[in-house]
Amino acid sequence: MAGTVSTLAHVAKHRQRRSLGDPRWVRWSLIGLALLFVGLFLVVPLAAVFTEALRKGVGAYFAAFKDPDAQAAIRLTFLAAGIAVPLNLVFGLAASWAIAKFEFRGKALLIALIELPFAVSPVVSGLVYVLLFGAQGWFGPYLGAGDHPWLGSWINAHDIQIIFAVPGIVLATVFVTFPFVARELIPLMQAQGRDEELAAVTLGASGWQIFRRITLPNVKWGLFYGVVLCNARAMGEFGAVSVVSGHIRGQTNTIPLHVEILYNEYNIQAAFAIASLLTLLALVTLVLKNLVEWRHRRVIEAAAAADLRQFAS
Amino acid sequence: MTSRRRPVLPGFGLSLGFTMAYLGLVVLIPLAAVFIKASGLTWHDFLAAVGSPRVLASYRVTFGVSFLAALFNVPFGVILAWVLVRYEFPGRRLVDALVDLPFALPTAVAGIALTAVYAKNGWIGRWLEPLGIQVAYTWLGIWVALTFIGLPFVVRTVQPILEELEPELEEAASTLGATRGQTFRRVILPALRPAIITGFALAFARAVGEYGSVVFIAGNRPLHTEITPLLIITKLEQYDYRGATALASVLLFGSFGLLFLIQLLQRRARRAAG
Repeated sequence: MAGTVSTLAHVAKHRQRRSLGDPRWVRWSLIGLALLFVGLFLVVPLAAVFTEALRKGVGAYFAAFKDPDAQAAIRLTFLAAGIAVPLNLVFGLAASWAIAKFEFRGKALLIALIELPFAVSPVVSGLVYVLLFGAQGWFGPYLGAGDHPWLGSWINAHDIQIIFAVPGIVLATVFVTFPFVARELIPLMQAQGRDEELAAVTLGASGWQIFRRITLPNVKWGLFYGVVLCNARAMGEFGAVSVVSGHIRGQTNTIPLHVEILYNEYNIQAAFAIASLLTLLALVTLVLKNLVEWRHRRVIEAAAAADLRQFAS
Repeated sequence: MTSRRRPVLPGFGLSLGFTMAYLGLVVLIPLAAVFIKASGLTWHDFLAAVGSPRVLASYRVTFGVSFLAALFNVPFGVILAWVLVRYEFPGRRLVDALVDLPFALPTAVAGIALTAVYAKNGWIGRWLEPLGIQVAYTWLGIWVALTFIGLPFVVRTVQPILEELEPELEEAASTLGATRGQTFRRVILPALRPAIITGFALAFARAVGEYGSVVFIAGNRPLHTEITPLLIITKLEQYDYRGATALASVLLFGSFGLLFLIQLLQRRARRAAG
């Protein structure tokens, strides 16, 4: 019940918080400062991406996407995100189920460890995989050298290369996008508690039924947003992927790396054209985020309104 | 609250087991590799790698400019959060949504966009050029990129606290004769302080490791505008794995220290809030 009361208070506060009055000149100068800040640092760069991309007209804009190297980069980016996102989705579900529905020691530490990749510089995230799988790395000597009795020869036979190749890019992408889904789901599932699941157990539901019929529908919007964020980062990651990629055109370049190459070759217009694709992805991510938040608020307010009616009757 | 005598949900072993295995495989073992590799260096080699003049200059740039950028984000982040929570103006929802842009926009895109805007012939750069201010390819450019990257942190940590703040407190202060300025300094600011410090620390930590948005606008001149993450890549390209590892361990140590500090601050803030 404590939850209901705080929800009611929250809704009430949302209604009245704008009534606080400051003098008109204070209000408008603060709004002006805030808008100037947002304009200079966010809006102008955003507008610049599309202006530079369309500088030579619509024809040149679309020509940048016809380049086979650009298409290969887009394919590789989709591949890396297509592997990293589902893996981290499964992880996020497992981690939030364990953390939110059960009590165990070291939970706070586990949550902190899950967020660890956020604290690691993208460059270091790439470096760790070079240290593990590079030519001088721990497992590196087994890759290609063939001195391990069976592992080396198996890898030789299958010509597997990890660093400066596609597997390294996938691994680095998995690492940098690791916390996204889990971080959205853990607080959400913790807030929802486990009463509904426990009721289902009492009624004889199996674990899989509980998960599919109760837990998953309850968290679907948070899950959706976590996946969207995870995907945006997976497709846009630059630093980590740059370290493990061989920068081979048409083979180990992702979209952001292709943008860098074009830019460094002074092919500015093409660089911004490809960059505009990632910018659109970022804008779609922001729109979806606000949509999910709006839905959340509506659900909370609807529940609060129902409670109000109960109080009244 | 929940008693342990009630029926237990299934799947604990499986979900926790998978979580630990995946966490270990993807995150912990690879990160341990950095420290184990670094510990293989002799003390002398390690100090030489992390203490050369070029490296020391890169720390100054990385930590110094990150600090300035995070510091700049404090007043402007608070103003932005204040305006978004307290005032109604056209486009408020849009501005609120845009604040997250630095989280969503790939860093390489941010890097080339900021360079285009702040270069000599750019939209903003051309107005600063006659004033003798050069932004792109100087430390100011790095500052612009790191301010962009850190922009959402203070706003997003302060915003919820401001929303939950009891209006009665401010009303009481004004009833007791406090001016608006006094109320802000004595009532509102102390309530926001933990959130501001957390936002600052998050922005600072993010900026220290930043690479993509900085390399395009920095100019990357050794000793002047070269950041530590770039130096790690340079060392890797020269096959100096030991040097790169030593530098990475310094960077990791710095960001883990900051992370620990943030956790401590948040725990204290939670306890203060009851």
